[in-house]
Amino acid sequence: MSGSSNIVAMKKIVQQLRFEANINRVKVSQAAAELQQFCIQNALQDPLLTGVSSSTNPFRTQKVCSFL
Amino acid sequence: MASQEESSQPSDTLTTLKTESETLKTKLEEERAKLHDVELHQVAEKIEALGQFVIKNRRTLKGHGNKVLCMDWCKDKRRIVSSSQDGKVIVWDAFTTNKEHAVTMPCTWVMACAYAPSGCAVACGGLDNKCSVYPLSLDKNENLAAKKKSVAMHTNYLSACCFTNSDMQILTSSGDGTCALWDVESGQMLQSFHGHAADVLCLDLAPSETGNTFVSGGCDKKACVWDMRTGQCIQSFETHESDINSVRYYPSGDAFASGSDDATCRLYDLRADREVAIYSKESIIFGASSVDFSFSGRLLFGGYNDYTINVWDVLKGTRMSILFGHENRVSTLRVSPDGTAFCSGSWDNTLRIWA
Repeated sequence: MSGSSNIVAMKKIVQQLRFEANINRVKVSQAAAELQQFCIQNALQDPLLTGVSSSTNPFRTQKVCSFL
Repeated sequence: MASQEESSQPSDTLTTLKTESETLKTKLEEERAKLHDVELHQVAEKIEALGQFVIKNRRTLKGHGNKVLCMDWCKDKRRIVSSSQDGKVIVWDAFTTNKEHAVTMPCTWVMACAYAPSGCAVACGGLDNKCSVYPLSLDKNENLAAKKKSVAMHTNYLSACCFTNSDMQILTSSGDGTCALWDVESGQMLQSFHGHAADVLCLDLAPSETGNTFVSGGCDKKACVWDMRTGQCIQSFETHESDINSVRYYPSGDAFASGSDDATCRLYDLRADREVAIYSKESIIFGASSVDFSFSGRLLFGGYNDYTINVWDVLKGTRMSILFGHENRVSTLRVSPDGTAFCSGSWDNTLRIWA
């Protein structure tokens, strides 16, 4: 474990932290509102949410052939 | 401690760097805390609660001889590829439960598999440390193994793989602690991603509208978001208390969910740069192995090591439903491309389709 490789590794960590500390962030209230908005806008197109009926959901159709 | 001074600048010594790193970590936490003005579930109080809905086990795919470790949907919303501890990779028609193709890998524990966007190939790998691509032939008699193409080479097991937006590039994650982007045709590594301190267990590509990023999770309890072009880690999150087994982007691309051995699933918002929800219950003590969102992002499905699947209301943070059916750990779970169903794979050797 040489001193120089420790220093190089630490420099990378410090650089990465500097980068991450400086990114732009928004308030949780704003971010949360936008997540919620996306859910609401797409709710009607979400088959597992709306419980799509058998006629339109291929997995719910029970394929039964009956011979009369 | 500071006996090795590599340069005359005092700012380069190990101790000063360590101090700076601690200061920066504190600053990072402070910056994140400043914007933490409300909880997600508080914002969601005003919206209607979800009504009762019925999700049932509609199909059971039997055929693997051992634990199912991974699965992926084809873009055609009906075919599925799955891989198992017994070394077999099977392509199924989920509507009819018929097996369409089967490949035997030269290794056991095929931990990763993925369907190509065109539907014409599958990628898989595991203990062989590689990711290989098999073109799917229409001729059922053709030996798929003969056309196998080795693409990725890691120095430890392959934990996950995923095609990018075309059949031409594959993203992989490995027990060697790295992720990498490969060109399928030449097998060349296009970019590598270093930053995890231990095995990387999972990855997910951002929805195409959001640009060239992906998220990875690992045994170092960290989730990292990467820029695919530069190889740089853009954001990292370290709030889990154990290995992160699964990461999945929220459908808008603005957030991602994670499932961990600490028995919780969490939601991280990328623009707020922090964890915004924890999905947990005192009664849930086994790890979450795999997570995925419903089409609108309102539901989060989590497969757990206690054999169950928990369905969470993403916004309100509450559990909507528990699904029983598997007879051993749930190891993998994906929602179909159009959201009509989801598939779970388990150590009970079966895959189940729920809708």
